[in-house]
Amino acid sequence: MIKRAILALVLTAPLGAFAAPASAQDAHSTPVPPKQSWSFAGPLGKYQPAQLQRGFKIYKEVCSSCHSLSQVSFRSLADAGGPGYSPAQAAAVAAEYKIKDISDAGEPIERAGRPADRFPAPFANEKAAAAANGGVAPPDLSVMAKARTYERGFPWFLVDIFTQFQEQGPDYISALLKGYEDAPKDFQLPSGGNYNKYFAGHSIAMPKPLSDGQVTYDDGSPATLDQYSKDITAFLMWTAEPHLMARKRLGLQVMFFLLVLSGLLYFTKKKIWTQVKLHPEQLQARPPTEYKH
Amino acid sequence: MSGHSTYQPQSAFMKWMERRLPIAGLVYSSFIAYPTPRNLNYWWTFGGILSFMLVAQIITGVVLVMHYTPHADMAFNSVEHIMRDVNYGWLLRYLHSNGASMFFVAVYIHMFRGLYYGSYKEPREVLWILGVILYLLMMATGFLGYTLPWGQMSFWGATVITNFFSAIPGVGETVVTWLWGGFSVGNPTLQRFFSLHYLLPFVIAGVVVLHVWALHAVGQNNPAGIEPKTDKDVVAFTPYATSKDAFMMVAFCMVYAWFVFYTPNYLGHADNYIPANPAVTPAHIVPEWYYLPFYAILRAIPDKLFGVLAMVASIVVLAFLPWLDTSKVRSARYRPLYRQFFWVFVAVCLGLGWLGAKPAEGGYVLASRILTFYYFAHFLIILPILGKIEKTKPLPNSIADSVLSEGVPIGAPAPAPRAGASA
Repeated sequence: MIKRAILALVLTAPLGAFAAPASAQDAHSTPVPPKQSWSFAGPLGKYQPAQLQRGFKIYKEVCSSCHSLSQVSFRSLADAGGPGYSPAQAAAVAAEYKIKDISDAGEPIERAGRPADRFPAPFANEKAAAAANGGVAPPDLSVMAKARTYERGFPWFLVDIFTQFQEQGPDYISALLKGYEDAPKDFQLPSGGNYNKYFAGHSIAMPKPLSDGQVTYDDGSPATLDQYSKDITAFLMWTAEPHLMARKRLGLQVMFFLLVLSGLLYFTKKKIWTQVKLHPEQLQARPPTEYKH
Repeated sequence: MSGHSTYQPQSAFMKWMERRLPIAGLVYSSFIAYPTPRNLNYWWTFGGILSFMLVAQIITGVVLVMHYTPHADMAFNSVEHIMRDVNYGWLLRYLHSNGASMFFVAVYIHMFRGLYYGSYKEPREVLWILGVILYLLMMATGFLGYTLPWGQMSFWGATVITNFFSAIPGVGETVVTWLWGGFSVGNPTLQRFFSLHYLLPFVIAGVVVLHVWALHAVGQNNPAGIEPKTDKDVVAFTPYATSKDAFMMVAFCMVYAWFVFYTPNYLGHADNYIPANPAVTPAHIVPEWYYLPFYAILRAIPDKLFGVLAMVASIVVLAFLPWLDTSKVRSARYRPLYRQFFWVFVAVCLGLGWLGAKPAEGGYVLASRILTFYYFAHFLIILPILGKIEKTKPLPNSIADSVLSEGVPIGAPAPAPRAGASA
């Protein structure tokens, strides 16, 4: 009875509430991910194609062995405001993948990927993914950068409206990738778990995925964990929000238009109301020609 | 009031038309010649803003439906399809999801304006009650809409909210099963929620017509809270109210655009970008921000049935407000005590909203209980007594008098515009 359990959770929580804070303040509290500087933050934020390409390389060589990217199509690699590949390059990436399909004869086949295809998942289905990964399927990464956050607290959640800070997800992901440590001596790590100081509960099923020197960059960027974590996070932000640059660009135009329009309307309103303010004794509610007496 | 002016059709076609369907005359008398108190301030522009938001939500919603798939297995992906593949789909979706929040921002300002200036008092009781009905319909529509992306918060929010009905003694479980169309929230639930989410905005539009009709029957309240007596107390709706409404509508759109273009997910929950999973409960199930005060009231009561009843009562009590407030004076301008209690009440509502987002533990629960008590005390104790004991300030003789006594000498240059007040 799920519903009973939920109601019990929601409605009886107040009863045991006075005891709860003690357990929340355990010795291994989760630290707030450090704030990073992202090129896509702020009203003028933009993705850096080179960084997205590096991030894509990491996804291809490391993450994709366990994590799917099912919402993302190959053709989008060549879309404006993305990693900046040419349509031919995107088609070449697609061709590296095998896609399950049905032949004209009705037989199940595997064919080379086409730009219109989406990234195929590394496992046949969720159960296969779970079985191969200790019981829990690795989550899809398409919108991961928007699906994780941490509590900002008062007053920061209000300040964020004005500063437009909304990079909790990227901050968290890059911190998580760098957050693998040896478990403290007094911490009971469950079997199959890995200690990560930024993961809620600290026991994460994913083993440390990235280490210094693991991926060779083509553009001479430092092959460090720090750089990797930033690049893959930027790439995942792009997969989560592929039209971010178009959005911010249009936003600037819309804001400028609305600012000018509201200014014009304000002075129009002011002019209309001047008569009411200056000569209220002359005010007539309706133009005389409109009266029908 | 004297002489509603009437529409005089000029062209031959409009004369022909007016004899058969006097729609131009209706528009003229309702939105052009309609006399509106000349002292209305900017807080009175939110009715127009709400109409704009309703239309904006319907238009964006109708287009979104062309691309959305209401099925438990496909809904989440179809929303991502809208975000990625549909031309300007990201814009449509963010306009719609943030539009819901902006709709509630506007309605809360509209409601608190009514509370401050006593807009619910005789003869505007029906107007006010229609407003409460609109608010309830908005809450239902917003809730139904939030389930449609079929993310984790959609699924679990729907589970928690529909479970309120299981508190009904005897038939609760049956009612909930009936609502779900099954034994848990699932595809039948999503499909009926989608159907109802499409239906309710048009019900809202219908009640808005009644709301505006009632408004035009009794006339607008105003900051002085006294009825217009002569033509000197009113101005024509057009151009006076329309120019003011237009300015504020565009100013409001700037706030709307700020969220849509720059922080489109600020008002949502990260968990809703995780596909719905009946096997995994999110750490904190939190409703959308506009329900948080009522969620806090629900959780403040340590009993399932009474918690739900308290939550329902916290909204239903609004409908009885015209009779709970015993003061004959409408506007808080002339009610020095009520004005203070009003701001305390605003603070209490904001406090409940903040507590609704907090886990129900420790001091938060105690605070929720105190503020819940105060919320009801405001309506059931403070307002009835206050009307009897408060010494109100003398009311101006007329609206024109109240405007002139604000210190604009006739013939003097117009004063610099002041924030929050005009005319």
